[in-house]
Amino acid sequence: MDTKKYVIKQISIFSENRPGRLAAVAQALGEEKINILAFSIAEANGFGVIRALVDHPEKAYKKLSSLGYNVAFTDVIAVQMKDQPGGLYDIAKVLGDSGINIEYSYAYSGKKAAVLILRVDQVEDAIEKIQGAGATLLEHTVFH
Amino acid sequence: MEVIDPKTGEPLEPGEKGELTLTMLQKEALPMIRYRIGDISSVDEETCPCGRTSPRINRIQGRVDDMLIIRGINVFPSQVEYTLMTIPEVGEHFQIVVERTGALDDMLVRVELTKESFSDKINDLMKIRQNVEHRLRNALNVAVDVELVEPGSLPRFEGKSKKVIDKRAI
Repeated sequence: MDTKKYVIKQISIFSENRPGRLAAVAQALGEEKINILAFSIAEANGFGVIRALVDHPEKAYKKLSSLGYNVAFTDVIAVQMKDQPGGLYDIAKVLGDSGINIEYSYAYSGKKAAVLILRVDQVEDAIEKIQGAGATLLEHTVFH
Repeated sequence: MEVIDPKTGEPLEPGEKGELTLTMLQKEALPMIRYRIGDISSVDEETCPCGRTSPRINRIQGRVDDMLIIRGINVFPSQVEYTLMTIPEVGEHFQIVVERTGALDDMLVRVELTKESFSDKINDLMKIRQNVEHRLRNALNVAVDVELVEPGSLPRFEGKSKKVIDKRAI
């Protein structure tokens, strides 16, 4: 099975944990006309990691790197959920039952559907298991 | 030549870190008597691997005027720099912030995370931070907090004034 098309390039940015850092990143992306489709911030002691799905990841990477940011790509997958009670449970159960660990996750509830973005330890395995369970994965072309 | 405690002026034992002090009476035009040169080192009386038996001075560790006293322990910014140079995950630029919380001094060292070692996983970053804290603590003999900052964000070529921020009220 071609699992590649379901692998989505997430952009991760290292940021200090202080006022104005997110604004600086968002301004840089805005200037390049890069749209943010989903994002989250993970925080630790004194620093944080901004994770985002954008429409032009390469362009975002170049722009932010040129400004001196620490930027990296990470492979994530996006699963369409039923936008109703129990929707998240269905997906989380499939992963749990298959022994696939979620490293982190964030979600959005859009006009068309609710989407769960997952960073898992075994990407290909997760794709196969989720599809095997009848759930819909979004292809990377949906985002970029 | 002597190594003395910069505060009390008392001579120190071989191996103990202190200020180098020179006495040179042979120079007739300009004799020096316990001239304090301001460099920090220690005397090594062990026999050198090359066979020489005379005492030697160890690597100059810093300047007396750069010295910080953290919880009674002498700390030199050059030691911090030297330690950071051995850790590939962080750059060699740093900033030391000293504060007093209650009766204790708190030393924070801010270091830049290098591009290559940036990981998307918070756990990996925490490990880097803990490793730097551990290495600095071993080198300085004093507990240190480490803060990872963005590359290029620390001031460069500013000398001592910006590298050390001492917020303790004297």
